[in-house]
Amino acid sequence: MSGTALDPTTAPKFQVAAKALIGDSQLRKNVRHATKVIQTKRAKVVGEMPDWEDLRESGMQIRQHTMRHLDYYLEQFERNCRAAGGEVHWARNAEEARQIVVGIVQASGAEGKSPTEVIKIKSMTTEEIQLNKALEAAGIHAYETDLAELIIQLGHDQPSHIVVPALHKNRSQIREIFRREMKLPGVDFSNLGGTPQDLADAARRFLREKFLRVKTAVSGANFLIAETGGVCIVESEGNGRMCLTLPETLISVAGIDKVVPTFQDLEVMLQLLPRSATGERMNPYNSIWTGVDKVSPDGPRAFHVVLMDNARTEILADEEARQTLNCIRCGACQNACPVYQQTGGHAYGSVYAGPIGAILTPQLMEMHHAQSLPYASSLCGACYEVCPVKINIPEVLIHLRNKVVKQQSAGLKLLVNPEVMALKAVALVFRSEGVFRVSQKLGRLGELALSRKDGQGVGWIEWLPGMLGGWTRVRDLRVMPKQTFRQWFEQRGKDAPGRRAGDAVEKADGDGR
Amino acid sequence: MGAEVVAEGAREEVLRRIRAAIGEGSLADAAEIRGEWQALPRNYKRTASLERAAILEMLEDRLRDYDASVVRVKAGEVGAEIARVLAGRGKRRMVAPKGLAEAIGESLPAGFEFVVDDGLTVAELDTFEGVVTASTVAIAETGTIVLQNVPGQGRRAPTLIPDYHLCVVRAEDVVETVPEAMARLAGTAQLATTFVSGPSATADIEMTRIKGVHGPRFLDVILTE
Repeated sequence: MSGTALDPTTAPKFQVAAKALIGDSQLRKNVRHATKVIQTKRAKVVGEMPDWEDLRESGMQIRQHTMRHLDYYLEQFERNCRAAGGEVHWARNAEEARQIVVGIVQASGAEGKSPTEVIKIKSMTTEEIQLNKALEAAGIHAYETDLAELIIQLGHDQPSHIVVPALHKNRSQIREIFRREMKLPGVDFSNLGGTPQDLADAARRFLREKFLRVKTAVSGANFLIAETGGVCIVESEGNGRMCLTLPETLISVAGIDKVVPTFQDLEVMLQLLPRSATGERMNPYNSIWTGVDKVSPDGPRAFHVVLMDNARTEILADEEARQTLNCIRCGACQNACPVYQQTGGHAYGSVYAGPIGAILTPQLMEMHHAQSLPYASSLCGACYEVCPVKINIPEVLIHLRNKVVKQQSAGLKLLVNPEVMALKAVALVFRSEGVFRVSQKLGRLGELALSRKDGQGVGWIEWLPGMLGGWTRVRDLRVMPKQTFRQWFEQRGKDAPGRRAGDAVEKADGDGR
Repeated sequence: MGAEVVAEGAREEVLRRIRAAIGEGSLADAAEIRGEWQALPRNYKRTASLERAAILEMLEDRLRDYDASVVRVKAGEVGAEIARVLAGRGKRRMVAPKGLAEAIGESLPAGFEFVVDDGLTVAELDTFEGVVTASTVAIAETGTIVLQNVPGQGRRAPTLIPDYHLCVVRAEDVVETVPEAMARLAGTAQLATTFVSGPSATADIEMTRIKGVHGPRFLDVILTE
């Protein structure tokens, strides 16, 4: 994967990108291993919670309630955060959010001089708006401080998972990146060891100097607490705490969907999120802070929250898709998805990969881009089963497929859309028994020329013409049985008059494979 | 501030879009919204189901699961236990929040240097071998210790920069579940609050949990009865 940002407006279709990535056997191995480990851990810690389904139900209802009154809770959050000494900014879109953040960073330096560096906590929202690029253009270098994000940044790579962004890399690949890219005066990283512990130690040395020196930090937010004006960030390594505590200026960029009504509601979210995300009973660190501490000097003296829409209100307006906004970014659906497990995250062409990405990304693009993503699913429902806030992802996928088709058929595309034409033809065939029978016969005739018998005398079709070839390109198709169900049903009892119908069914079952 | 000029009218525009999207939901008043929130189902476990002794055992077990070490002592033995643990770790020069002795109810042991954090700089904090604090609440089910910016626990930076954290937890502050802990914290929700569940860790490399990245790599807990 190159350093080109994952941008849904320019990304290739999922089916095209996925085909290329499936050829990378190392990547597939890494992704399969990581998703399997997280899934096993999650299943264990979820299994020890007899009230898990009650937590999910409450989680979903809290999120639904919040969305129903989103204006109220955002204004309440704004009021309380301001009262506690925080500043709240609003952004209609990514461009405005970037400009606001760059502006605050530039003004945060001593003596009116813009800092040239910031430290950053992993934040998918800032990835979504490609903030680092904008900072770089303004002469400000952002150091990613989460271990995985550091691996991505130093490797000129792109995140492939919302919780474990470098899950597609294994230890020896990471070692190579660190040896090549880590530069720190007085420290030689070229003879770095290859165990995960060695690599984490290297990251500790490399970043510690930045934590102690850089005075401006940028973060996302897991939860904004309307009732108190507080912000909650959930993390593991302590890099989050470093960025939230040591700098003089902190800027948190949050989608408007990140608000929860009360402090008490965290009792649900802080049980659902760690168990779903990393398979831990609780992640090592949760930080909750409110504005700036005026009594004792604890943490930054300037704190800014940027509340960003960036098409979230479009999703809110679509009642069937609104549940997309319930997402708390745990990544459980990615780990559980049989499609993601094969392709990894980059095929989705967006920082939001996997099932949640397949519904979130096209909607964040107001359905103008990423139209292939709602089809990047077999609709098996594994994502829905593990979702801690019960987002019915398959339902939303179907809804979005419908939107895509409608959008395409609004133009002339309808006339040449093969799927629409094929489905119309199928509808025609199913409508009349006679036509159905004739087409079954025609099918048997047609396949004769294409079939070939294997050693056991079973017929197979290895190639189909035209668009049907999509099926046989990756698998062989068995020829149709000699007799249809209808023919068998009409024949039953005629061959062996003494038998009852039930016997025939048993026999047929025994034959079926 | 430049940022306000950049996104002029954004606040009104975003709120307008939200109200248009949610329709009648935006017409509800505060009392109605409060009532709706109160009626949300909360059938999950919100109270303890175990005996006290079992809750303490569970906390010990869960902390050890995170590679933290735990010792139990009776009241009056905390100071001596701090001395024993620090000596065992070979630590001598420690940072301590204001009001630590009062918080643990005993004086700090002799033979060690306890420097009170009176606004120490980041660079100064980086010179200590460790930190000793009390705690607000501990959650048995998740092995979590909650720290707040109060006497005996102090600012967040001192429990972050030194590589070692010794934390004193009082048995009466231990609850079984997350909801019980949030209820105890509700009154002081605005204070800077940190949930600590074991030493800093990562699983970013091949999902292998590695102890200690940026926060303290070692956590010892003294549980007092």
